[in-house]
Amino acid sequence: MSLLKVEELSVVFRQRGREDVRAVDGVSFSVAPGETVGLVGESGCGKSVTSLAVMGLLPRRGVLVEGSIAFDGTELLTLPADKLRTLRGRDMAIVFQDPMSSLNPVVPIGVQVTEVLVRHRGLSSGEARAEAAELLRRVGIPDPARRLREYPHQLSGGMRQRALIAAALACSPRLLIADEPTTALDVTIQAQILELLKGLVADTGTALVLITHDLGVVAGMCDTVHVMYSGRIVERASRHELFASPRHPYTAGLLASVPRLDRPRGERLEPIQGSPRDTLPWSRGCAFAPRCRNRVDECARAAPELHGGSHSLRCFNPIEAKAVNR
Amino acid sequence: MSSEPLLSIRGLKVHFPVKKGVLLQRVVGQVRAVDGVDLDVGQGMTYGLVGESGCGKSTLGKAVLRLVEPTAGTVVFDGVDVGAQSPEQTRLLRRHMQMVFQDPFASLDPRQSVESVLTEPLRTHGFTGDGSKRVRELLDIVGLPAGAARRYPHEFSGGQRQRVGIARAIALNPRLIIADEPVSALDVSIQAQIVNLLEDLQEQLGLTYVVVAHDLAVVRHVSDVIGVMYLGALVEESPSDELYAEPLHPYTIALMSAIPIPDPEVEERRQRILLTGDLPSPVNIPPGCRFHTRCPFRQPTRCADEEPGLREARPGRKVACHWVEEIAAGRIRAAASAHDPTATEVGVPVT
Repeated sequence: MSLLKVEELSVVFRQRGREDVRAVDGVSFSVAPGETVGLVGESGCGKSVTSLAVMGLLPRRGVLVEGSIAFDGTELLTLPADKLRTLRGRDMAIVFQDPMSSLNPVVPIGVQVTEVLVRHRGLSSGEARAEAAELLRRVGIPDPARRLREYPHQLSGGMRQRALIAAALACSPRLLIADEPTTALDVTIQAQILELLKGLVADTGTALVLITHDLGVVAGMCDTVHVMYSGRIVERASRHELFASPRHPYTAGLLASVPRLDRPRGERLEPIQGSPRDTLPWSRGCAFAPRCRNRVDECARAAPELHGGSHSLRCFNPIEAKAVNR
Repeated sequence: MSSEPLLSIRGLKVHFPVKKGVLLQRVVGQVRAVDGVDLDVGQGMTYGLVGESGCGKSTLGKAVLRLVEPTAGTVVFDGVDVGAQSPEQTRLLRRHMQMVFQDPFASLDPRQSVESVLTEPLRTHGFTGDGSKRVRELLDIVGLPAGAARRYPHEFSGGQRQRVGIARAIALNPRLIIADEPVSALDVSIQAQIVNLLEDLQEQLGLTYVVVAHDLAVVRHVSDVIGVMYLGALVEESPSDELYAEPLHPYTIALMSAIPIPDPEVEERRQRILLTGDLPSPVNIPPGCRFHTRCPFRQPTRCADEEPGLREARPGRKVACHWVEEIAAGRIRAAASAHDPTATEVGVPVT
């Protein structure tokens, strides 16, 4: 039974005098309790907009959201704003990429972490303070009582990100969305944060949606991976399948273009040609076609559909499947 | 490595004063960004400098070009002591040493056309030939169409902008290029294009590189020798093939184990050594070994009170650790401290 079920989600940004921008275009995925699902793609592929849509954080003006987002059976897109506010922060929480810009610089950490406890769990401010200190301790911040009195600029990047995670965990949410949670951090700190998230999923059965551009992070964390390109999911598979036998030329291209520490040196990298700007609108064909090595004539005539079961693909001329022993 | 290094750095220090007070400022401390580094880069080689943010790797790169003034130490480029030159001589020297910056959005003037960006170094250094021919040549070398010359930075994607930045750096046929995070601002699918371009240029033009980056996988891919920096000092220097196969310094071991590898099979087998706490402030560098406050292999003796020097632990490999032989032989193991929230307080020496 899935906790979050997103079906045919589309997000269109409209601005007068300009062409509509379809940032998310018919995206479907689901997450079960205790499961980690990855949304992977490069900048502009629509992965962050998807997460904002799920949390109901997109502005109402000028944005058209279509499709369905069901959280534990409740449709979020038609839910009144006050009901959504009750869910948000209590049952579902989000951690953003940049801990400096998502914390208020002129408010002490303690106030920002206790806010959610007072709002959703009705704790008194004294109780909330004690609970907040416990939360900070749980996410590995030393000397939590002192840290609660400090301001964001007094904390290091890793600690700020942990404080944000602490606030997100304050009400033991059933769904946590982590949008590039470690991109702004150094690798040794990244390893700490990822361990923390892994432990959380294992211990509390939280459903985790991990949004990232880093294939290495996905390989170690996610059960199911969705690869996005230009607003649509182009490949979906379990992580073992995906990494052992990537079938969409974009996924395979991404994997071939990053150098790997565990491989012998000296192999030349195989970049994907062009840039993410060189896309075709999906209405005219496959968006990846202008950069694709496997392009066939059909690609520029029609957009391929997402098909297949556990390993789905949106491609007319995919790469041969390799035998995966799992 | 060839007999005479092209670039030779000895005892390089860059300290920045920390000031307090409004009218009568007094110096209350020193940020020791680079704190005594020795390294040699051979002609035609690529030296990779890695480390986390704040370890001083970028400052070191800038100090080589004298974009920041070193506090102490010498930088010798092709037999010339860079620090002893007059400002005019330094300017002439920079013709042979150029820099590629991280952010292609910030390092190009938005109001300057590509042609103007590329002819500026030519004019500054008294190039008398056909400027626009050289511009076309440069664009061709870095894989941009000739029509790019008349366009402005905002018309290009990040990868193309970085190509312009590289074209500017090679405009004067330099011998040494310092590339400070040349790909980290780019999308994953674009990074490989720039990495390959840098490799091709090295081959065609016989360039020597110092590549400064935090992404060890990229650095290892391009470098012949890698120096690992921690809080302003080199803690390990090694041929890059051997660094991943057998990291020797505890910091390198932890750093290597923290880097995610895009392969679930490998990820599941790997053992991760988590470091506790954050990087100490470079104003208060821990006494003794600068890494001892976070070191999972820390020993009760020596580590906290005796600074280890960089010494040759294996042929061609230098490590700054008292216990490197014991750790490599497996006689000292990492403490299992994965999730100890009571772990060492940041930057406070253990008593």
